[in-house]
Amino acid sequence: MTDRRSFLRMAIMGAAGLLVAGCDQISQSSWGPKVLSKAEGLNRRVQALLAPSSAMAQEYTEADISPTFHPNGTTMPDTDEYQTLMANNFKDYTLKVTGLVGKPGEFSIDDLKKLDNRTQITRHDCVEGWSAIGKWQGTQLSALLNHVGVDPKARFVVFHCLDNMDEDTPYYESLSMEEAHHPQTLLAFDLNDKPLPVPNGAPLRLRVGRQLGYKQAKYLGSIELVESFAKIGSGSGGYWEDQGYEWYAGI
Amino acid sequence: MNTQTISDLDVTAPFVVQPKPKSRLVYRHSIPIRLMHWINVIALSLMFFSGLQIFNAHPSLAWGNYNNPDKPLLSLEARDGPNGSLIGITRIGNRDFTTTGFLGVSKGADGQPTPRGFPSWLTVPGPGWLSMARRWHFFFAWVFVLNGICYVGYSLAKKHLQRDMWPTRSDWRGIGRSIADHVRFKHPHGEEALRYNILQRLAYLIVIFVFGVGIVLMGLAMSPRMDSVMKPVVEFVGGRQAARTIHFVIAWAFVAFVLIHVFEVLISGVFNQLRGMITGYYKIDGERPKPPEVVATTVPITQAEENTHD
Repeated sequence: MTDRRSFLRMAIMGAAGLLVAGCDQISQSSWGPKVLSKAEGLNRRVQALLAPSSAMAQEYTEADISPTFHPNGTTMPDTDEYQTLMANNFKDYTLKVTGLVGKPGEFSIDDLKKLDNRTQITRHDCVEGWSAIGKWQGTQLSALLNHVGVDPKARFVVFHCLDNMDEDTPYYESLSMEEAHHPQTLLAFDLNDKPLPVPNGAPLRLRVGRQLGYKQAKYLGSIELVESFAKIGSGSGGYWEDQGYEWYAGI
Repeated sequence: MNTQTISDLDVTAPFVVQPKPKSRLVYRHSIPIRLMHWINVIALSLMFFSGLQIFNAHPSLAWGNYNNPDKPLLSLEARDGPNGSLIGITRIGNRDFTTTGFLGVSKGADGQPTPRGFPSWLTVPGPGWLSMARRWHFFFAWVFVLNGICYVGYSLAKKHLQRDMWPTRSDWRGIGRSIADHVRFKHPHGEEALRYNILQRLAYLIVIFVFGVGIVLMGLAMSPRMDSVMKPVVEFVGGRQAARTIHFVIAWAFVAFVLIHVFEVLISGVFNQLRGMITGYYKIDGERPKPPEVVATTVPITQAEENTHD
């Protein structure tokens, strides 16, 4: 009985192992990931069709806020620039706006607060699978873009961050102009009625209502409007995108 | 096919030889059905294995809209054991089970015990690689959905769903007998084998319309973009984390269905069943029923079509 059972277990593990090994070969090949990633374009197009660009993410009530907002990725940027800003409680912080804009400039948090603000209680969905709910207050990115004036050639907004990944690779992200102009896309400075804590991205982070957590760049240093992000980082539009994650992070 | 004749039999045998009952091949599954069946096998398998890899990125389940790390419904954890060893713990509600080697902690690529939810021989890719697992999962999700839509469309057009799967009143009346037959592993071999019994009908309908539709909906309910137009669905099932939990449970319900399905195939004549789903031809006992002359001679194709389960 034990023999038969162990034989059966070996057979199942062997069959599953063979299949997994075959799939690993495909994952390592040059063509496999290309074929598989065809689904990303389909996801993006079909979801844009089903959920129009104006559709709003669910907003919750105060009672729904999660007891903790789990910080993921960098929780304490170790760059000199960031450490200096943090030592002075971010009083000298400015967000730089560069690239294809009419009036490039630098904005302090107080400058940003003078533009259109929004408070929203939204859910954060990590690509790993977990969720958290927080109350965000911030400047609508569309207000800042209107303030600086966007060149019609600009197709993406790139967010350069003050934290480094793997020691010397700066974190960055990018959004389409459509997503950048969505009313729930914020440059957030408050979380749950308090200034954004360092682990959650102080002093300023991006909030996007309808995309996964890795899009919500923390520790924003500058934003740049570009026609193409092919020459930034490894060219995929974001730190995690360069590691093989989808640029379209709607699912 | 019965090709044996009396002259082939050993007349000196010390017991009476029963003449082998007559049997015949019936064209049972059409090409589209067979094709869609095997495409589904591939898509479901790869979605299951890549799904377990995705689950491993956060091997914990919750109810509601967010995770409370202290109160998971289920979690696969790694804890420090004596002398620097790792202990795999499966936590269900408040109860802990040691599952080292299988769940929570199992051998990594280097052969050393590594914290991971499901073991590498059950995940695609084998090593921890979330982004690649997502590519596999979403690619085959499209295969599964498009294949499923084709299947339902074809089955409706060919009246396969209405005729072969929707239970009739007499099917319902025979449910007791059908359960008893299944429990005793009794399977018909004659004309009756061509008809789906009530348990088959219910199983197929539930798998297609509850599991199939449900798992896709729950998958979409995890998508932040889709949630902007699916708020009532997300709230109805109890939140995004509840949707993730239901997605996980249905995935295992599919596994349970497949295990029962394969078991039934094994005990009801594995060769005949496989031939049926590969070539289309299925063998049943008994002679071809003699229809009125006029039908048999003028429209012989009707006979085959009547027996086609598609």
